[in-house]
Amino acid sequence: MSQRIPVTELTDSFRGRAVGALADNQLRTNFRVAMDSLMKKRADAFPDEEEREGLRELGNHIKARALSRLPDLLEQLEAKLTANGVHVHWAETTEDANRIVHSIIEAQKGTQVVKGKSMVSEEMEMNDFLAERNIECLESDMGEYIVQLDGEKPSHIIMPAIHKNRFQVAKLFHDKLGVDETEDVNELIQIGRRTLRQKFLEADVGVSGVNFAIAETGTLLLVENEGNGRMSTTAPPVHIAVTGIEKVVENLRDVVPLLSLLTRSALGQPITTYVNMISGPRKADELDGPEEVHLVLLDNGRSGAFADAQLRQTLNCIRCGACMNHCPVYTRVGGHTYGEVYPGPIGKIITPHMVGLHKVPDHPSASSLCGACGEVCPVKIPIPEMLQRLRQENVKSPAEHPKVKDGGAKYSRKERALWRFWVTLNTSPGFYRLFLWAATRFRKLAPKNVGPWTENHTAPVPARRSLHDLAKAHLNQGDR
Amino acid sequence: MSARSNILNKLRAGLAGTSPRPDDFDESLVTRPWQYAPEDRITRLRSLMEAVHTEVHQLTRAEWPARVQLLLEQRGLSNLLYAPGTEHGRQLAEHWRHSAAKPDLLVYDRPVEDWKEELFWNVDASITGTVGGIAATGSLVLWPDRHEPRLMSLLPPLHIALLRASEVEDNLYGMMQKQNWSAGLPTNLLLVSGPSKTADIEQVLAYGAHGPKELVVLILEDA
Repeated sequence: MSQRIPVTELTDSFRGRAVGALADNQLRTNFRVAMDSLMKKRADAFPDEEEREGLRELGNHIKARALSRLPDLLEQLEAKLTANGVHVHWAETTEDANRIVHSIIEAQKGTQVVKGKSMVSEEMEMNDFLAERNIECLESDMGEYIVQLDGEKPSHIIMPAIHKNRFQVAKLFHDKLGVDETEDVNELIQIGRRTLRQKFLEADVGVSGVNFAIAETGTLLLVENEGNGRMSTTAPPVHIAVTGIEKVVENLRDVVPLLSLLTRSALGQPITTYVNMISGPRKADELDGPEEVHLVLLDNGRSGAFADAQLRQTLNCIRCGACMNHCPVYTRVGGHTYGEVYPGPIGKIITPHMVGLHKVPDHPSASSLCGACGEVCPVKIPIPEMLQRLRQENVKSPAEHPKVKDGGAKYSRKERALWRFWVTLNTSPGFYRLFLWAATRFRKLAPKNVGPWTENHTAPVPARRSLHDLAKAHLNQGDR
Repeated sequence: MSARSNILNKLRAGLAGTSPRPDDFDESLVTRPWQYAPEDRITRLRSLMEAVHTEVHQLTRAEWPARVQLLLEQRGLSNLLYAPGTEHGRQLAEHWRHSAAKPDLLVYDRPVEDWKEELFWNVDASITGTVGGIAATGSLVLWPDRHEPRLMSLLPPLHIALLRASEVEDNLYGMMQKQNWSAGLPTNLLLVSGPSKTADIEQVLAYGAHGPKELVVLILEDA
């Protein structure tokens, strides 16, 4: 019955994976149901349009202000955290970040790591890096745990296992954990709870992400509903937080509107169950909490996006996922089709800076530019505008110095020549008339195969008579 | 060149010739929609917390220890983690002595490493104080310290929290300003807005993911 195509195994292009995903009815139903519900939840959480728009504007200004002082704020954050007893590390690449994390774990002689939900650690492929060095790195967010257990990657940044239904999870738990197959969601969650609690107890190191890093106070703020974030940052003797350099905000008060925008946009909740603000390791008189807290600040292409004033807006992102929930493309093809860590509209504009356009040449064009993503973005990133810009960067010739990593990935001399021909044709009346005369006269000779168009459509054939001709005849008739 | 200076230099080059954006933070946007008459604050907090499976009781200061005993007995729980060094801890212990309450009182008086296994698996319930509540979002503010460490409100399946009615603020911004958080935060400041939950399977809400399965809030009237 289940005809799910193991999308993670498809290594071909976005297009190839999209074809597979579109034919997978189970996958499409799972996403459709989930996205409809998430859209409704968000709409219900913002009943007052004026309030919503005012808050989005404020969110945008806060992020823009933070980015306009980013290097200073990062230094301030570092100074404050250091004064609070937190070790701050800087990494230009994911490889560097992994080495830093590994060296901290090694210093503890650690073999077991539990991880709260962190998209940056996904960017780093930290689980694999550590596994290769005989360190178990276990996901503890229920969705992430399910995905990891099945050897998959998250398909949504907030709801990692949204592509699976309860029956698929039931079978997975039965197969991997040896428990009785139950389709009761509560029971499934309790299985996860028991399994992971033992892991929290044993773990040598806890890893987490960061939602907002507050420069003013040297505080790492994390939001979550499950308590696994609190567990990962409290129970093990060492806590390592990993985050992108764009997550810093200036003041504590700045997080008030951002927090409200984040939880309402992501899940339609007024607030998450836990808002966890960490400002340092265990103090001398305290009885729990990690003895050591580390923060790894990761660049991984962000400074490249930052260099361009327009593309810099990509870094406003607070990772709520609303853009993917509202995206007609994402809803139909699912998160795995994007083939990278960040799917959906935000993935399309951030991933090229991280991995280069050569690796994701279809990303900028996998959009209908309907504008839904830009409309719902809580920090007002003009995503459609970014996509158009990336489309331009994607086809620039080397001489045009593309500004994005591996820009010009889709540059084609043939395409350029065709467009030059098109321009000449449309700007020279004599040539245009000659072309029309020939195209209508020799219409049978029109090519039967015109690239991707004819994969799903019949080839266009010129009409017997051109519109110009018909109009002329019509006007002549009228004169009589 | 270190990674740090490479990153900072790149960022500074990107900002060359620009000046920082002004701070135009408009606090009315985060306060005005979230203001309540004093008599409505508790109602709002209560309804939001109950909507996410929190059990809320309003009691007087004299009544609450007996209610704690009742809550435990109703559930057939055998122990309760409490903080004897706090005022409410002393009040609870007093009541326990007088009423010969059955559940054992446990104390978090040693580093977590010394009793991790027991704390993780064998503690049925805990009771902690709060430093306030937030009406707008239905949240408790917890300020863990050596008396009530961080894991105390996280590991036991039942968490009972005491909230003084007079310490409920309208919104997060107001709370931050009133308690002057930016002047100095504890190791771990927490907002708690219900029992632990997840919707990671088919978006079906399930309570008791990793933290408490139940949260009971006792709102103490000042009378």
